[in-house]
Formats: sequence, C-alpha cells, structure tokens
Amino acid sequence: MTAHDTRRPTTTAVHPGRDGVGDSARRPDGALKVRGEFAFSSDLWMDGMLWGATLRSPHPRARITTIETAAALARPGVFAVLTAEDVPGRATYGLEIPDQPVLAEEVRYFGEAVAIVAADHPETARRALAAIEVAYEVLEPLTDGEAALAPDAPPLHPGGNVVRHAKIRKGDPAYGDPAATADVVVTGEYRVGMQDQAFLGPESGMAVPAPDGGVDLYVATQWLHVDRAQVAASLGLDEELVRISLAGVGGAFGAREDLSMQIHACLLALRTGRPVKMMYTREESFVGHVHRHPATIRYEHGATRDGRLVYVKGRIVLDGGAYASSTPAVVGNAATHCVGPYQVDNVWFDAYGVYTDNPPCGAMRGFGVVQAGFAVESQMDRLAAACGIDPAEIRVRNALAEGATGPTGQVIDQPAPVAELVRRVAAAPLPDTPDGPRDPRTLPGGVSNTTHGEGVVRGVGYGACIKNVCFSEGFDDVSHARVRLELTGGEPVATVHTAAAEVGQGLVTVQAQIARTELGVTRVVVRTADTSVGSAGSSSASRQTYVTGGAVRNACGAVREELFARARAASGTTAAELALDGGKVVHQGEVVADIADLLAEPIDVHLPWRHRPTTALDPETGQGDAHVQWGFSAHRAVVDVDIELGLVKVVELATAQDVGKAVNPLAVEGQIHGGSAQGLGLALMEEIQVSGGIVRNPSFTDYLIPTILDMPPMRLDVLELGDPHAPYGLRGVGEPPTISATPAIVAAIRDATGRALTRIPVRPDDIAAVPAPGSPTDAQEEVR
Amino acid sequence: MSMRVNMTVNGEERTADDVWPGESLLYVLRERLGLPGAKNACEQGECGSCTVYLDGRPACACLVAAGQAEGRAVVTVEGLGGDPAEDADPVRLSAVQEAFVAAGAVQCGFCTPGLVVAAHDLIARTDGIPADTEIREALSGNLCRCTGYEKIIEAVRTAAGAS
Repeated sequence: MTAHDTRRPTTTAVHPGRDGVGDSARRPDGALKVRGEFAFSSDLWMDGMLWGATLRSPHPRARITTIETAAALARPGVFAVLTAEDVPGRATYGLEIPDQPVLAEEVRYFGEAVAIVAADHPETARRALAAIEVAYEVLEPLTDGEAALAPDAPPLHPGGNVVRHAKIRKGDPAYGDPAATADVVVTGEYRVGMQDQAFLGPESGMAVPAPDGGVDLYVATQWLHVDRAQVAASLGLDEELVRISLAGVGGAFGAREDLSMQIHACLLALRTGRPVKMMYTREESFVGHVHRHPATIRYEHGATRDGRLVYVKGRIVLDGGAYASSTPAVVGNAATHCVGPYQVDNVWFDAYGVYTDNPPCGAMRGFGVVQAGFAVESQMDRLAAACGIDPAEIRVRNALAEGATGPTGQVIDQPAPVAELVRRVAAAPLPDTPDGPRDPRTLPGGVSNTTHGEGVVRGVGYGACIKNVCFSEGFDDVSHARVRLELTGGEPVATVHTAAAEVGQGLVTVQAQIARTELGVTRVVVRTADTSVGSAGSSSASRQTYVTGGAVRNACGAVREELFARARAASGTTAAELALDGGKVVHQGEVVADIADLLAEPIDVHLPWRHRPTTALDPETGQGDAHVQWGFSAHRAVVDVDIELGLVKVVELATAQDVGKAVNPLAVEGQIHGGSAQGLGLALMEEIQVSGGIVRNPSFTDYLIPTILDMPPMRLDVLELGDPHAPYGLRGVGEPPTISATPAIVAAIRDATGRALTRIPVRPDDIAAVPAPGSPTDAQEEVR
Repeated sequence: MSMRVNMTVNGEERTADDVWPGESLLYVLRERLGLPGAKNACEQGECGSCTVYLDGRPACACLVAAGQAEGRAVVTVEGLGGDPAEDADPVRLSAVQEAFVAAGAVQCGFCTPGLVVAAHDLIARTDGIPADTEIREALSGNLCRCTGYEKIIEAVRTAAGAS
C-alpha cells in the first residue's frame, strides 16, 4: 500500500509514460535475473581457470614467526602459494588509511588473511591451505572498545587506538550550565551489537592476467576506481595496467566498499599466468568483510516541562575493530547526526572510533547514524514519558524544519518535513486488534506454536530519522558520465557509460530513464561499469542516483547542446529556445530538424559532475557545512509480544519518507521496504556474536536475517517535496528507512512490556527474564 | 578418485565427468554443466538460493551430493521459462518470472532463481491465489536481503492469478 504526495514542483519537466524520469521503468537486467542467466561475480568461468583460496588466522591477535609453504605447493594440482613476502607493491591497503596488510605477518583479528593458494579445484585448494604450516605467537587480544580508549591500553597501531575523535560544541561557547535551565533531564546508556550486511552473493570475482603485464579483474564491488587504486598500489603496477569491470553484484549494503579478494586474486593470476577465480564461503564471508560498528552510547537530554529540548549531551564509542576502514567517516556521521531530526540549541557531543582486536568494522547502510539514531530516539521516548507527552507529539514538537540550524551550525536549506512525516505515520489507521482464535503464523513464535494468544501484548512505537546523502566533510564527491548519441539501424540510440556500481538498487534503470528524459530518445544502452571511464564514486551514502544521475543528466545536456548547434547550422534558425521532442529538434512546437539527420557523426561526451561543495568540521567545535543533503523518514511499528517467552511478532510497519522526486517509484518502494527489513533485523535478531575476538556464529543458521515470515505488511507514504539543489529535486532513498525502523520497533516492544530495552538487538531474555541486580531497568529520569 | 554422474537436466540427458565424490549437485550444475542459475549463498540449506526441482520436488541443491542425483530428473530456473530454441522471443518469461520483474520483486537478484522455483512450486500445488500467510510459509526457506519481501508476495499473487 503506497501513497504518493507531490506538492513542490520538481526542477525539470519530465515526460511520464515513456520510461523516463518519474516512471516505474522495468529493470533492464530483470529478465536475465529471473531466468538465472544474469552473470554474478560467482558465476564467472574461463577455460583453464584456477581456484584461489585464503588461509585465515584462527587467533584474533598473534605474531607469525614462521610460515612453511613447501608442502602445500608440492601437492598435485597446486599452482601457487603466496604469503606477505610475495606482495610486490604496497604491503597494506585501506579506504581512508592504508593500515591493513594484504597478507598478515602480525595478526590483528580473527579470520585475517595469512596466505593464499591457487589450485585446479576448490577442494585441492582447501587441502593445500590445510598443508600450510603457520607458527603463531599468540597474544592477548584487546576486545573492548571502552578499554581501548583507556590511557594505559596497549597501542594496537603506531598512532594509538583512537582512529578519530569528533567533537560537536554548539551553543553558548562557555556552555555554562544549561542543565540549570532544563525542567526535565533524562539520561540513558545504550548498546548496539555488531550487525552484518549479510548480502547473499558471496565475495567473488576473477582476475585474468593480460599480455601487457597488467591484469583484468571482474569483481562485485561498490567503487571500481578506489578498488583499482588500492590493487595497483599493492601489485606495484601503474593504474592503467589494472582494469576493473563490474561483475554481477549480489547485494552490497556497504560490505563491498572495502577490498576482499581483489588483490589476492590478482596476485595469484599474475604469479600463475592463469585466470584465477575466488569465491568466499558463507563462513568466510562473515570474516571477509567489514561489519556495522558495535557501539556504546551515553546521552543526557534536558528539556522544558512541555518537552522542548534545551540541550543534548552525549558520547558514543564506535568499535572499529582491527583496521580503520571507513571508521573516520562513520565517526563524523555519528557526531553530526547526534541529535537526530530535532532542533536543539545547545549540543555537547563526543564521538570516538577506536581500534580493537575485534573484526574490522566500516560501512553499512545507515553508516554511524543507525547507532546514534537508536539512542537518540530512545531518549526522545524517555523524555516523552518524563513529560507525560505522547511519543509522536514530542517528536513533532521538536522537529527539525527547513531553515533550522543543525548541530554543526549548518542551515537546513531544503524541505525537512520531520513533523509531517511523524504526523502521517501517527495518523495512519492501526491494524485490527485480533479477536478470537488466531493463525499461529500471525503470532510471536509463529509455527513453533508457542502461544495461541495467551500472554501476548500489543505495543506501538515511533522512530524518526535524518541521514546525510552523498559524501560529506569537504570530500571531492565527483562522478563522471560518458554519453554517446549515434544512429543505429537508422534510429538514434544513446549509450550511457559510467563506472557506477549497480548493486541491486536499480541504478542501471535510472541511468537509462534520465537519458530518455534528457535526450527524448527511446533506445538507451547502459554499458557495464568499468574503469575505462572516470570514477563515479561509491555506490554508498544513498548517493548514486544523485551524483551519477546528475553526471548522466549533465552529459546528456552537453549532447543536447551539440544537437541544437547542429540543428541551427543545418536549418539556419537562430532561435535560442530549442527543445527535443519525439526524436525531433523543435522550436515552439515547430520541427526544426530530425535528430536522425543530425547524427552523420556521433556525438560523444565524457564529463565530470559534482554536487555543491561541503566543508570540513572545525576540529574543536565540530561546526561546518558538512553535508550536501539529508533524507528524512519516520516509522510507526506495531508489535505483538509474548511477554512470557520474550518473542516478538512485528504486526505492521508504517513508513513515511520524503524522497524529493521518485525517479523510479517502484524502485523507491523497494528501497524503503528493504531498508525497513534491515532495521527490523537489527532490532530483533541480527548480531555477530564475538567473544574473545572470535566470531561465534558465521553462518545463516546462526546469524539470523529476517525471513518472509518475520516481515510484516508495510504501509508506505512517499512524499516528493523536491530539494531545489538536487537533480530533479531527488533525495537519496536507501538509508533512512533502515535508521528509523529499528527504534520504532524497540519502542513498540517497550510499550508492550514496560522494559527499558537499552540494547539492540533485543533478546528474548531482555523481555522475559527477571532483571539482574544493577542492570538498567526503567528510564532513569530526573524531574526538577 | 572421480566419478561420472548422469541425470536429466531441464529435460535433457546430461553427463558430468571427473566429479569428485564430495561435490554437491549445486557444484555440478554450476561448474560442470554450465547452469549457474541456482546460486551459492550459504552452502547449508538455510537460504534457498540454490532451490531446484529434484524429481518434481523442490530441494536445496547444495545439500544434495552429486552422486545422489544419479539417474534423477533435475529442473533448474533455466528450465522454467520459454525455450529460446523454439520461441521467436528469446526473453519469453513464465508467469512467475514475468510477475517478479513487473512487481519489482527483483533487486540484486541473487535470491531470485531460488524464489522463482519455490513460487512456481507453490502455485502449481495451490488452487487459485494462495493467502498471504500461505505464501509466507511456502517461501520462508528463501532468504532475500534486498526487498523486504513485500514485492515478492505481490508477484506471487499476480502470478497465481495469471496461471
């Protein structure tokens, strides 16, 4: 069920009904995918190819004293066994800080890659791994983020254990004592577990050695050019000799932003002179990519008696694990979103990202805002309770709005309909309260038949979110697009070529829609992304439709101008106002020229495009215009809780989100549904269990993601209020629903049970068990 | 040690040689018979991405040893659509496949082949349009990480109505 609301006109007229901007155009890869013929990175196959495999450390912290590889290499069918000393170029890699060894000599996390092999069969490769003898000097791991911050903690990296400390200081410079002006103060401590992106398509790809001494890599990734820079550096090759093409991507969600098998496969291919395919097992995938940072969070919210925020103080510690990955940017995001989608004049917040010997953490959908957002929303509920105000109303009362100033001093210069989004989900009809015997599939515990309705209590909760779109803090967030218009079979055909990764979100569809709208053509070919065109940046931060969409639109504009110049030359018209319509160049409705007649020579442009610049944060105050755009969403969750067993059934999720302009409404709905599902997973079931630095549940049997039985019906309300700074007014869509779903579901469980529930995912024991002495119970609040 | 495995795949007699006895049916289909439609996401029967018909019943191909498929009939997602050899339109889709594309039930598409087989099976054994609870129960062995399942349910309803 979806409602669409468009009130602010978007910036460009579009032609609906032609699979242009605003239409639910079909995915061009859809037919291949439903037939099983779409080539994912794990489907690649070449004559003579070898299988690569990775030996991983069983210890979270250790020094490697010796590695004996001769016995492994001597086995029939084995072609290469490589260790750290076989890396010809830079020994380390990393997205922001190159601190992660390609192959470890000193181990800093469980599952870290130590050696790689190439063999003629996956089983031959597995047995070769078993034949490598590694001597480890095992060290005591440091596995607690707070402990890593302690002054006497052993430094895990040369620069110490703090990857980044970001401060937000807003309000009275002396800060004074705003607590004195607050009638009501609520405090809370919260924990967020380690979530996994759990894409279904495992890390995989194929490296093919090239006659020029370079390598061609076919891989599932999110950012081809940053992969290439890291691969080339470690191979010791010029970047031109490393050519990367996107292979079919089986989901990403942030986990493919860092390298996995890329350098390893290339090393093996160059050593053996054969194509090498690598494909992680699911167990390996759970240690083969970064996860969402676990976090400990502390907040103090002060408000007037009628629930208006006076100040927010807080602190978050994000456990980045063994290597930096994107921790610096995650810390920046947690800090700059530290008050949620609310207005507050005085803010004092510290965000830390630290090194530990836990699995490395980095990008996952929501990127630092999920963790802070859960705590902020929980605090708003505590404040509502302390003030005796409805949870939806307290959000409306404090809602951020266009023209307001955020915690970094940045003015929100675009629609920010937070109050309206909350009002809309609050006003949506509630699902029926069940009466009489119930189908067990609709109850907590499901077909386990643990209840027929007895002990089941219903609850309702709310969550709202603000999330930055695109890269922030002064990053040069460029994308390039090549657009070629030529006659093919007598008809104008546009070819769009970018390096932007289609990861399932539908970017490949959107690029074609934009070309159709801008060029008035019917036939558009979107080429496979590769590094033969300029960087498109990452398929993350909800940014590709904005930035690569903007680049495609910009390049199409240049093609159109060239068409108009040719039309003027051919027709002799001097009219300034030309337009494209139905394959013709027109002036005030009169046909000036047929596009086909203007394309004796193809038109081919390749241009960079950037959104407006952002600025870095002041290191002492955290003030700055750090972000280019924000997305906003709100959720209402309705849950049934079996209070005796602690089991939860989410009955319904109602969502409202402003998407600026739904470039492809069907894809927008899919993003909101999917994002909400990942938020539900974090609320109720998803956590990588790490103890002593070791991952204990690396499988889909033990790491649970929502099934179709876990997901409720979702009611969507899509607003299109149009960001005047963005192409077509669009907003990034993918991340907000993940952020607001989680706190709404937890709030609904609190509503049903009265439990404090300060930790996600919520476990049955948190609901049903008798609390241990000293554990957090009800909201800690102070009313003056 | 290696062995030969014979089976009927999508209506054709197929033979795989040099099969190591530890290989799964999934590996033989994907790596030896050129049918990568069934996907490898968990290798332990939890995700359903490798679902195929084995003698007419859905099964996780990752849990079937290659030797167990000897002499049996396998239908993969590649065998559920139109036959390009006999059909002028090379992208003719079955009702389930068409509904998945039209409804937006496909995003990354990695779970899609398994879901198409499972949905095909549900519709084949159901009179009329299955209730949402029936759809949810029937597809609960197929994980999808992209869609939140809403569009998948819609696609199954649509396909059942068209069948």
